[in-house]
Amino acid sequence: MAKITLSNLAHSYLPNPKSEADYALKEMDHVWDDGGAYALLGASGCGKSTLLNIISGLLHPSEGRVLFGDEDVTDAPTAQRNIAQVFQFPVVYDTMSVRENLAFPLKNRGAKPAYVAERVQTIARMIGMEDVLDRKARGLTADAKQKISLGRGMVREDVNAILFDEPLTVIDPHMKWELRTQLKSLHREFGHTMIYVTHDQTEALTFADKVVVMHDGRVVQMGTPEELFETPAHTFVGYFIGSPGMNLLDAEVRGKTAHIEGVEIPLEATYTAPQGRTQIGVRPEFASLSTGHQGLPVTVTRVEDVGRHRIVRADFLGQEINIIASEGAEIAADATRVIFDPARVNVYVDDWRLSPETAQGKAA
Amino acid sequence: MDKTTNQKAWFLVLPVLVLVAFSAVIPLMTVVNYSVQDTFGNNVFFWAGLEWFEQALSSDRLWAAFGRQIMFSAIILTIQIPLGIFVALNMPKKGFWASFCLVVMALPLLIPFNVVGTIWQIFGRVDIGLLGHTLDAMGIDYNYTNDVLDAWITVIVMDVWHWTSLVALLAYAGLQSIPEAYYQAAKIDQASRWKVFRYIELPKMQGVLLIAILLRFMDSFMIYTEPFVVTGGGPGNATTFLSIDLVKMAIGQFDLGPAAAFSIMYFLVILLVSWVFYTVMTNLDKREGF
Repeated sequence: MAKITLSNLAHSYLPNPKSEADYALKEMDHVWDDGGAYALLGASGCGKSTLLNIISGLLHPSEGRVLFGDEDVTDAPTAQRNIAQVFQFPVVYDTMSVRENLAFPLKNRGAKPAYVAERVQTIARMIGMEDVLDRKARGLTADAKQKISLGRGMVREDVNAILFDEPLTVIDPHMKWELRTQLKSLHREFGHTMIYVTHDQTEALTFADKVVVMHDGRVVQMGTPEELFETPAHTFVGYFIGSPGMNLLDAEVRGKTAHIEGVEIPLEATYTAPQGRTQIGVRPEFASLSTGHQGLPVTVTRVEDVGRHRIVRADFLGQEINIIASEGAEIAADATRVIFDPARVNVYVDDWRLSPETAQGKAA
Repeated sequence: MDKTTNQKAWFLVLPVLVLVAFSAVIPLMTVVNYSVQDTFGNNVFFWAGLEWFEQALSSDRLWAAFGRQIMFSAIILTIQIPLGIFVALNMPKKGFWASFCLVVMALPLLIPFNVVGTIWQIFGRVDIGLLGHTLDAMGIDYNYTNDVLDAWITVIVMDVWHWTSLVALLAYAGLQSIPEAYYQAAKIDQASRWKVFRYIELPKMQGVLLIAILLRFMDSFMIYTEPFVVTGGGPGNATTFLSIDLVKMAIGQFDLGPAAAFSIMYFLVILLVSWVFYTVMTNLDKREGF
């Protein structure tokens, strides 16, 4: 097990990258703690698989170094990095039994038979496959096979990290939940460094201690699920995480007030005349409808009941504003205004969050 | 669900029945007809019972041809299957060279059988053939027309040249269907090259290899044209395989009865062996899958 350091790392699939747009992965500097559970979250094509392949050694970065602990592994081939990886589709050795599958990585490294047998037994118990150890892997279901891949990843005690590349894609929804829970408990029990690539925010937020949100080849925010929710560092994070995503409105910000189409929105902190495209972002959870004269004038277009709460879709001069109202709350027929909780309003300049001068909330 | 009875549906399969009757059943029945009768000419036939079958089964000549046939099929299978796999493993996986290789590999398969025979017949000739003359010039005593071993080598090399591509192409198709993740996983598991082959590539190729073995067995067991053009079954009877012997008997000697009995048994042997092959291989598959 080791901490992972990405130092000035960048990658381009082109031989001679010229502009920043040529990079699939823009320069980044990160240290990932030993024993942490990280999720790489982003839309397809944002560079998360590129990053994963660089860490696993399947891809050589065009710039920068990768360190496991204090050891520079940038030029080391996959086999020498001592990592494990679980792929999108279950990879099992069909003709081998479950037992042989689990023992395979250890046998290839010349481990003693007694040790192999003991480890296989332990892992089989962990993934709940003791009963089927002697069956051929071929006839098993997709989720059982994915459990074997997972088990094969964990059978070595000394792996530096376990990488997951969207491992639950082919798993039935009800099994997804079970496998994710199992992963979480395995992480708690054994403390491997785990890196989990996904485009599903639920998976990322439930699995990881730290979520790394990627957008357009860049890490836009790395933080706990709470941080991503409360203070998204980039408009993409606000939009991508949450259901529905954060409301973003063009505004003019002066001091403790934001002005939108002549309406004043109170802010909790002071911002000095930001330069560039200024927006305010408010999560639907922190917006509410009002019958008063404060707030933005809106027309309610639709109310969706999603069970735990209701999502109110409102129209403000052609822009949609989403509001989450609790299940019991009455939505008044004459509610024509939307007000925001001042403490929960974030200010963005050119898509990046602006830290307030007199921060009263949590700074990013 | 109630089944509707409609005998008119038989008319829909009638065209196929007629076609199959003319292409297979009627010719086969003619052979059956010949195999149980004798004639002294003038289209007058006498009932001969199983006499021709008994005669064929006790004929040393037929058993010798059968032995040569088994040997030939066994040799070309043991060469072509591993060689085809080896070639497939070493072919480029994508890009220009992959397409180039595929085209080059497919070429021998497109040449008519008797042309293949002629090519090798000339190629191996000591007086004008590139191969035969070169070997001769190098001081190697090679002559497929009067040396049994040379004749066998020529026929086998020719068949390997002609058909290994088929095995290679099938194996290649099998290899191409293996997702990249398997190779990545093998790297992470530190599997050796041999283990990658044994536990990933071979199992994934199993299906196509079964087809390759079946096709190559049936084809080689029925081989006629190429060796006939090259050696004419000689020297002596050294390369007289079953179908060459059959043609000699039926057309050369005009022994229609024995030849008919012979062909029926020939057909049954191929059917039997193919069936055994197929059953064994598919059962193997099922047992592993349970």
